[in-house]
Order: sequence, then C-alpha cells, then structure tokens
Amino acid sequence: MSGINDYIANEVKTNDVVLFMKGTPGFPQCGFSGQVVQILDYIGVDYKGVDVLTSNELRQGIKEYSNWPTIPQLYVKGEFVGGCDIIREMFQAGELQALFEGKGVTTKAA
Amino acid sequence: MSIQATMETKLKQAYSPERLVVLNESHLHAGHHHEDSGHHVTYDGTGETHFRVRIVSDVFSGMSRIDRHRSVNALLADELNGGVHALAIEPAAPGEATRW
Repeated sequence: MSGINDYIANEVKTNDVVLFMKGTPGFPQCGFSGQVVQILDYIGVDYKGVDVLTSNELRQGIKEYSNWPTIPQLYVKGEFVGGCDIIREMFQAGELQALFEGKGVTTKAA
Repeated sequence: MSIQATMETKLKQAYSPERLVVLNESHLHAGHHHEDSGHHVTYDGTGETHFRVRIVSDVFSGMSRIDRHRSVNALLADELNGGVHALAIEPAAPGEATRW
C-alpha cells in the first residue's frame, strides 16, 4: 500500500494540476469526472488526468491519500482542492480561476 | 429501513437542518458501467447507489467547503462503504445562496 501512496504523492508533486478520475479526459467514464474535465478544459488549464479505473489499488489508494471517499479529486500544486461539487461551486463563483492565478498556474481564459 | 431513510435520520440528528433533501439519483446513472461489481455489467438504475444531499444548517457556518464535505462524508461513512458509491453534497449555512 505504501507503493501506491508513493505513486500518488509523486504524481501530485510533479504535476501542477492533477485530476484523479474515472476514465480519461478524452473519454470520461463517469458524469462527475466528466463535469470536472469540462470545467478544466473551459478554463484552459494544462492538467494530467489519472484514470483510477486502471487499478483497484490506485482507486482505493486515492481515497485514503486525502481521506476523501469519492472520485474525482483535483490537486493543484500538491494541494487537494476538492471533488466535483466543490470544483463546480468554486468555478461558478470565480474562485477556481483565482486559485490557479494565485498559484501561478497558466490558464487560457483571458 | 432504506438507505435513503437512514441517511435522512443521521443528517437530521447531526445537523438539525433548516432544510434537508436527500435525493436518490440512481436512476440517472442507468446504463453506465458498474465496475464495483467486479465485472463490467451495465447498471440498470434501480437501487440505492447514487445520492444527492442538499442541506442548510447552522453547523456549516464558518466551515470551509472541504470541511463541510468531510463532515457529511464522515457521518455517512457506513453508507459510502456499503453500497452507496456516489454522494453529491450541496451544503450551505443559513443565509447562503442555494440552487434549490
């Protein structure tokens, strides 16, 4: 289990924006993951999608990593930001865009 | 007692909510792949697997979004470990805007 924890920690550390999701950004396998993909694409931020359906260990491990029982999970600069509901609320309030800006993550939206 | 009723009871006890709605949205997910079953069968949309909790409570005043969700997730941990695998949560403190 420590192996998967190291893997997750490394993904989160080495990528500015990481989305643990079901499916891939091009082909989400769950509506909640799909919503976050749409939001990130709309904002125009570069991110890495990690498909938790490829491994049961990963799927379980990500729930334990941030003590968060559901997927998707978004991480920005190593910090857990939230799941689908939180990301949507933050996006609608303009807070997600502000968070990327504050952390120096480039977005396409002017 | 149904999972839905159990969740409603727990939420009422923990948060004394001003407003509370627990929606069973399982039917909205009919046709997607249900990988939890260990083999890729297509989910028929019956049952109690996908829920949405809408709740307004003073308990959430001063709590961050993540802390509100953590609080509800912790309260309903047994359900999340026992068949419920999607829980959308829309928590608000009194006076905050809601979409419902």
